[in-house]
Amino acid sequence: MLLAVLIPMLAYKGILVVIVFAISLGVAAYSTYAERKVSALMQDRVGPDRAGPFGLLQPLADGVKMFMKEEIIPNVSNKFLFILGPAISMMTALLTGAVIPWGPDITIGGNVYPLQVTDVNIGVLYLLGVVSIGVYGVMIGGWASNNKFALLGALRASSQMISYEVAMGISVITLILLTGTMSTAEIAEQQQGFVQDSWLGWNFFKNPVTFLIFFICALAETNRTPFDLPECETELVGGYHTEYSSMKLGLFLFAEYINMFISSAVMVTFFFGGYSAPFLNRFVTDPFWFPMLSTLVFLGKTIFFIFVFMWIRWTVPRFRYDQLMNLGWKILIPLSIINLVATAVGMWLTGKI
Amino acid sequence: MTVTQILFVVLSLMAVLSGLFTIFSKNPVFSALWLIVAFFAIAGHYILLNAQFLAVVHIIVYAGAIMVLFLYVVFMINLNKETEPNKPAWVRIAAVISGGMMMLTLVAALKGASLVPQNKSAEALNIGLASNLGKVLFNDFLVPFELSSVLLLAAMVGAVMLGKRQIH
Repeated sequence: MLLAVLIPMLAYKGILVVIVFAISLGVAAYSTYAERKVSALMQDRVGPDRAGPFGLLQPLADGVKMFMKEEIIPNVSNKFLFILGPAISMMTALLTGAVIPWGPDITIGGNVYPLQVTDVNIGVLYLLGVVSIGVYGVMIGGWASNNKFALLGALRASSQMISYEVAMGISVITLILLTGTMSTAEIAEQQQGFVQDSWLGWNFFKNPVTFLIFFICALAETNRTPFDLPECETELVGGYHTEYSSMKLGLFLFAEYINMFISSAVMVTFFFGGYSAPFLNRFVTDPFWFPMLSTLVFLGKTIFFIFVFMWIRWTVPRFRYDQLMNLGWKILIPLSIINLVATAVGMWLTGKI
Repeated sequence: MTVTQILFVVLSLMAVLSGLFTIFSKNPVFSALWLIVAFFAIAGHYILLNAQFLAVVHIIVYAGAIMVLFLYVVFMINLNKETEPNKPAWVRIAAVISGGMMMLTLVAALKGASLVPQNKSAEALNIGLASNLGKVLFNDFLVPFELSSVLLLAAMVGAVMLGKRQIH
C-alpha cells in the first residue's frame, strides 16, 4: 500500500531531477553562447556564427574541444586535490537546483505532482550552505595547483566569498523577516497574484533595497565582473585555474555559468514572484497547461537576469581589490543591517509582526 | 538494522576516522580538510536527530566560514621544516595534561548516561526545527542567549583591537 504510493513518487522525483539537471546544463551551455553573442552586440561585432545557423552549435563545438584537449596535471601538485577542486565546484553548482520551485503543482493523468525536487523547511538556509561550500572548489583547486598565481586567486576567492556572504546572509534574514518562512516554495507561493493589498505583491516591490544587496552579493559569489578578481587575468595570469586544462578547466568555467543560472533563478524566486505570471490565471486555468506556462515564465525571468549578469560583465570594469573589500565591509554590511532594522521597525509599525 | 542505524554507524565511523586523520596528517592543509569532513559527518548526525536547522547552520558557520578562514591562514604560513618552531618539552607536557583533563571531564560527564533510547515527546523530538528552536531560545533561554552574543561581540572587538596597527 505504502510502496504503491512511494514508487511512482520516487520515479517522478527521479525524472524531475534529471530534467532539472538537463535544464541547468542546457541553460549553462547556451549561456556561454549567449555571453559571446551579448558581448558581440555590446562591442558591435557579429560573434560566433560559423557552427550551425547563427552559430547555434557553438556550445557543442566548445564542449568537444574541451574534452579533446590534452589533460595536464602538474607533477608537483597533489593529484587527488587537483581533481577534487573542479569536482566540488561543479557538484555544489548543481546541488542548489534541488530547492528551487520551478512551478506550481502540476496535474498529470489525475495525479498532482509538485514541480520542485524537494521542499525542505529550511530551503533558504540550504542554499546559503551550499553556496558557502562552493568556495572550497576554488580554494582546493588553487592550492593543489602549486602555483603562486593560482594560490593568490584562491585566497582572493575565499576572502571575497566570506566578505560578501555576510551581507548576503543579512539580506536573506531581511527576506525571511518579510515573508515569515524559510521554505522556498512558500516564498514563491506568497508572491502569487500580482497585486496584493493594493500594492504589488512581489517581494522586490516590498523591499527593493534587500534585492539590491542580494544582487550585488550574488555577483560577487558567482565571481562575475566587476567582482572577478580571483581569475583576474591582468594581474594573476588565470587566477585559480592557471594550471588547469581540458575539461577540468571546462568544469570550473561551466560551474560559473550554472551558478549564474541558479542565482538568477533564486533571485526570481525570492524577489520577482517566482513562477507568478501577472494575470495568466485569467486566461489559462487548465491544471496541466497553467503550471507549464508558469514554468516557462519562470525560465523567462531567469534568462532575463542571466542577461543582466552579462550586460554588467561587458559594461562595468573590474574593481580594485581594496575597493572590493571597502564595498563589502564598509557599505554593504552596514546598509544591510540598517535595512534589516528598518524592515523590522516598519513591519512592527504597520502591525505585521 | 534499520536505515537509521546503518546511517548512524556510517556517519560515526566517518566522524571518528576523519577526526583521527585530522590529528595524524603531516600536512596542515590535509588536517583542515579532514576536519571539514568531520563537520559534515556531525551535520549528518544532526539530521538523524531531526535537527535540520542546526545541521545547516553548522555547515554554514563551521564548514562554510570558519574552516575557510582556517585554510586561508594555513595557505599563508610557511610550512618548511626549517622554520618549524621548536616545541620545548614543557609545552608538550602541558598539552598532554590539558588534553587528559578534557578527556577526564568528558568521561565523567558521559559515565552516567544511559544507552537505552528514551521515549521523547513529540515536542522534544522536533526541538531542532527552526521555529521550535527559536521559541525555546527566545523564551526559556533568553538571558544566556543574549549573554553569549555579547560575549561574541566582545571577542570580535578584542580581535579588531589586536589586529589594528598601533598609532602613536
